[in-house]
Amino acid sequence: MGGLLFQAFIYLCAAVIAVPIAKRLGLGSVLGYLLAGIFIGPVIGLVGSETQTIQHFAEFGVVMMLFLVGLELQPRMLWEMRNRLIGLGGLQVALTTALITAAALMVGLYWSVALTVGLIFSLSSTAIVLQTLNEKGLSKTEGGRAGFSVLLFQDIAVIPMLALIPLLALPELVGGGGDSLATAGESHGDAGHHHEMSLVAGLPGWAHALVVLGAIASVLLGGHFLSRPMFRFIAESRLREIFTASALMLVIGIALLMTLVDLSPALGTFLAGVVLANSEFRHELESDIEPFKGLLLGLFFITVGAGIDFNILFNDTLTILSLTVGVIAIKGLVLYGLARAFRLTTTDGWLLTLGLAQAGEFGFVLLSFSLQNQVLPAELASTLSLVVALSMLLTPVLFILYDKLILNRQPESDERQADTIDETGSVIIAGNGRFGQIVNRLLVASGVQTTVLDHQADIINMLSKVGVKSYYGDASRPELLHAAGIESAKAVVIAIDDRSRTLEMVEHIRRHYPKVKILARAFDVNHLYLLNKAGVDIAVRELFDSSLELGKATLRAVGVHPFKVEKMSTAFRKHDENGMNTLYELWDENTEMASNKAYLARARELGETLKEMMETDRMQLHDRSERGWTPPPKHYTKDMGE
Amino acid sequence: MTRKAAQRILILLAHPSLDRSEVNGPLAQAAAEIEGITLVDLYAEYPDFQIDIDREQQRLLEHDVIIFQHPLYWYSTPAILKEWQDLVLEHGFAYGSEGTALHGKLFLNALSAGGAEAAYRAEGYNHFTIRELLQPMEQMASLCGMRYLPPFALFGARTAVDEGRIGHHIDAWIELLKALRDRKLDIETAQNLAGLNSDLNRLIKEA
Repeated sequence: MGGLLFQAFIYLCAAVIAVPIAKRLGLGSVLGYLLAGIFIGPVIGLVGSETQTIQHFAEFGVVMMLFLVGLELQPRMLWEMRNRLIGLGGLQVALTTALITAAALMVGLYWSVALTVGLIFSLSSTAIVLQTLNEKGLSKTEGGRAGFSVLLFQDIAVIPMLALIPLLALPELVGGGGDSLATAGESHGDAGHHHEMSLVAGLPGWAHALVVLGAIASVLLGGHFLSRPMFRFIAESRLREIFTASALMLVIGIALLMTLVDLSPALGTFLAGVVLANSEFRHELESDIEPFKGLLLGLFFITVGAGIDFNILFNDTLTILSLTVGVIAIKGLVLYGLARAFRLTTTDGWLLTLGLAQAGEFGFVLLSFSLQNQVLPAELASTLSLVVALSMLLTPVLFILYDKLILNRQPESDERQADTIDETGSVIIAGNGRFGQIVNRLLVASGVQTTVLDHQADIINMLSKVGVKSYYGDASRPELLHAAGIESAKAVVIAIDDRSRTLEMVEHIRRHYPKVKILARAFDVNHLYLLNKAGVDIAVRELFDSSLELGKATLRAVGVHPFKVEKMSTAFRKHDENGMNTLYELWDENTEMASNKAYLARARELGETLKEMMETDRMQLHDRSERGWTPPPKHYTKDMGE
Repeated sequence: MTRKAAQRILILLAHPSLDRSEVNGPLAQAAAEIEGITLVDLYAEYPDFQIDIDREQQRLLEHDVIIFQHPLYWYSTPAILKEWQDLVLEHGFAYGSEGTALHGKLFLNALSAGGAEAAYRAEGYNHFTIRELLQPMEQMASLCGMRYLPPFALFGARTAVDEGRIGHHIDAWIELLKALRDRKLDIETAQNLAGLNSDLNRLIKEA
């Protein structure tokens, strides 16, 4: 227990210190984690060989990430990118493998070894690239999308590669295997062939295929038909942690099922994500899984940093460095050529080229797997694993290069275009009860795109039936706001039926998203003042307008001329507004007097102001409403002369 | 002779559906980019017609040239400009023995009309010229002691975009506004014309 706590503390400590600093320096969180790993591993030696084991555990972060990616991707969008997925992704893997294999043959490697090396380096790092793209807001660009297609294809391609590699075993190594690296891959999820539990071991080919198809079908059908009733049932329990538990259960369950049938868990959860992308529980799932994914990926990057063997690097610096640069150059060349062939713009092409030029985490998996299967000699494997790690370490640097050299050099015209298209923007409406519903209906009727959040599953259920885009979740949770896309929203409407949560939300949003407009439902004057102080843009008292409307209807009912009623109510509203502003200044100065005495004094004061208000109402309102419609004085025409 | 200060121009724009506008929208946009011009979108500022009299009077005091910019609705302005007149041009401010706030200011309409220019004359189906139809506003200016300029108008406005006549009109509009601002418009000659468009080049004096 003590050892575990110590390790956890070391990892967390390194992350907490290194990541914010790296971020502040503009290096991105991935490089921060990598540096933290290098520091606690090779530099001061606090962690050692156990990093390999932790790494396999942390790779589950990749599985979660693909689930989240799937959630963002509706089935229709996946279908639309099929050409890119197969064309761009397939060509990237094939060409890179071919070129690197050729290079390896030229330096005198045996053909099967050369091919394995080619396969290993054809993969890029899904974890680093997607994380960085998200962080930099590049995932929605054409380059980002192309990168994603390639990465997705690679993740799928790992499966046949794992099947192919054992066939390439070197005769002279068979029987002699087993060394430091070989032990590393044993328990790895993706190397499911070696897993103890398997549903397909020993089955004939056709049965194997049937089981695999059955597993995929159960993920797709289960996701489509079973998930909604299940989540609705859980949501109605109103227990947040149970919802989180069920989200984790779903992801882990699918990963397990995929492992049992020898498929990539990442692929399985990705498919499940796509199936759930249309679900009203999508944002809640996202916000539940997101922190786990973030931590696990962070841990994964740390272990990559910690696992770098500086001894090999120092012994053979020149070879290692030139191999790394060579790999990056070949991969970059292929990507650049493909970007050209697929007609990406220069900016997007460079994003693809620089972004995906590294080797990836699946490279480690293939390496240890090849070692176990006697495909690669151990010495070569440890050199190559260092090259993989170094190339991953260099990725953030390449992204910085992209930021500094490519983005700065491009004329702004492309981006301006995109801005104006996005200009209508979207509105997040928190709370869809009697209040938020009307706001939402008006906005939707006016063609404004809204995202509705509510914590009552039955309301959401009803709304999605009538075609309103709505999601289940507690809107006051920051993660849910994030998942609902507050970064790109133009405005947030807070219409929830909870005074203090409204206030908390305004404070939170104002602090983290200074640009978004916040409009809130206020319960009374005091709440309105508190909201103003918290930085709301516009707050409206929930009952003021309806009371005024009823007052107007009453005036008309007792025979006051309707236009006179209109003028009176307009004047009343203005008068009330002015009074509120004056009172706010008084109130604002005295907010510190929170004692009971002060509160009572204010209550009394308010009673008096109400009395005064009603008296002045009569005097001033009359004057005000007549302003502008006062006829000129009698006999005024005499002034006009002649 | 010392150079006189630039004239401050106030454009009161009245268009109830600016998002569909083909003429007044682009004209307003062009005007907004010229220095020394205040553009007020009345329908945006007073969507409920609750015109702030004090604010509008203050605006009048702060400018030397007042322009009503609008499409021609029933030979007059859209409703909000009438409301604006009814409310803002108070006795004792705009007219009457003490109402001298607007004395000496220039006033004109910049408008778009659906009919062709040929329709706006005695023989045409509209029977009157634009300047004749706008006589209530000419008299409003006169009672308020303002100097009235004939309208700057675009005829056949519904087909102006299709026929490629907008660009020229906008250029003329910009020239007119700049000439007014820099006191380069020959006011005396202009006051006697039927409109400002046709002879604009001759009206603008070289500095």
